[in-house]
Amino acid sequence: MIDKRYTSAAAAVADCEDLRDGAVILIGGFGDAGVPERLIDAVRERGLSDLTIVSNNAGSGDYGLARLLASGCAARMVCSFPRSSGSVVFEELYEAGRIELEIVPQGTLAERIRAGGAGVPAFYTATGYGTPLAEGKETREFDGRHYVMERAIRADVALIHAATGDRFGNLTYAKTARNFNPIMAMAARTTLAEVRTTVDMVDPEVVVTPGIFVDRIVEVGA
Amino acid sequence: MTARLSAADIARRVAQDVPDGAYVNLGIGMPMKVADHIPPGREFVLHSENGLLGMGPAPAPDAVDPDLTNAGKQPVTIVPGGAYFHQADSFAMIRGGHIDVSILGAYQVAANGDIANWSLGGSKPPAVGGAMDLVAGARRVWVMLSSHVAKDGASKLVERCSLPLTGLACVDRIYSDLAVIEIDADGFLVTDILDGLGENELAAQTGAPLRFAPGCRRLRAELT
Repeated sequence: MIDKRYTSAAAAVADCEDLRDGAVILIGGFGDAGVPERLIDAVRERGLSDLTIVSNNAGSGDYGLARLLASGCAARMVCSFPRSSGSVVFEELYEAGRIELEIVPQGTLAERIRAGGAGVPAFYTATGYGTPLAEGKETREFDGRHYVMERAIRADVALIHAATGDRFGNLTYAKTARNFNPIMAMAARTTLAEVRTTVDMVDPEVVVTPGIFVDRIVEVGA
Repeated sequence: MTARLSAADIARRVAQDVPDGAYVNLGIGMPMKVADHIPPGREFVLHSENGLLGMGPAPAPDAVDPDLTNAGKQPVTIVPGGAYFHQADSFAMIRGGHIDVSILGAYQVAANGDIANWSLGGSKPPAVGGAMDLVAGARRVWVMLSSHVAKDGASKLVERCSLPLTGLACVDRIYSDLAVIEIDADGFLVTDILDGLGENELAAQTGAPLRFAPGCRRLRAELT
């Protein structure tokens, strides 16, 4: 019988082979909405090193993603907007030269992740053409307009947050807490989802992330 | 000289130009004020790039929902007809040319339509968010400037941007506290000028040549 449910975040990360030193980890959320905080805490407790973290923001305060970064486990951050109010931890690491930053336009970040999940190795976009963020990248003209080639992002692990889930891994989301979570679920070798509630079966008409994209789910409550 | 336009005056002027039924993305900060001045009888659908169409005003303090925020991470509401979607869909709306108007702020706008609005350099980590997607993908790109001239006295309207670019040849129109200026193949074309401000005075505060449209309108600050 298929049952992707784990009893705790710690149990879900404990024997996950893709969670290892040097791994690339996608982390869902936008600001504080839709961030898989329990899974982040559980990963932090694994004490890994040399991680690449891909997330829209770089955490704020001293909890969640900021706390993970403060532990020194990440060598590299791929991100569109690391400078939100209260993102003190990341700024200190960056200014001390202790973390590398790849800054990516938000739509390019989303499309690189979507492409990774869809088996598309690269794509062309007009976003960023002629700007510092396109330096060194291949460009091409289509129908008189210039485009930049961007590579897909594939990760070892995705940590995502959802509203409800079932034993098959089908997921629904809450309002704008959806953000990066559905596309990140598609782009990792192992996807771990924390959900507020598990149900017997998510109504197939309202499934946003089909269970094929999800490997492990943990109920964490509100 | 009469009073310069306030941020509310500029927002009111911008809102007059947004057509009924338009899908509009408002940048964080001053562009958000456009939502407060939608003319009676007109309906705009506000897009928030974190995954929301039909963005409504901020909720009452006791009705804040941490799952419902805007691109500035502030609590908002959703209006009837709205929808939630993930990031790839949200940016397909922007990059696929489905957003009718993107209204944003800028450090510099050049006479060729180039815009710089994401980086001033320095030691802080750079942050771009959705700015490059919006200027490259929206059908129309309008810039709102709370002041035509920066604090250091330099005009924000320049011949060529000196700051890191956000996008090339993409700005269609500028709304400042002194004027409304279209950008066409020949550069800056003034369509509205602050009442009481001379053409030469505006030109002196602008870093590139200006042309004045026939029947150039007068802008007046409202007492609010």
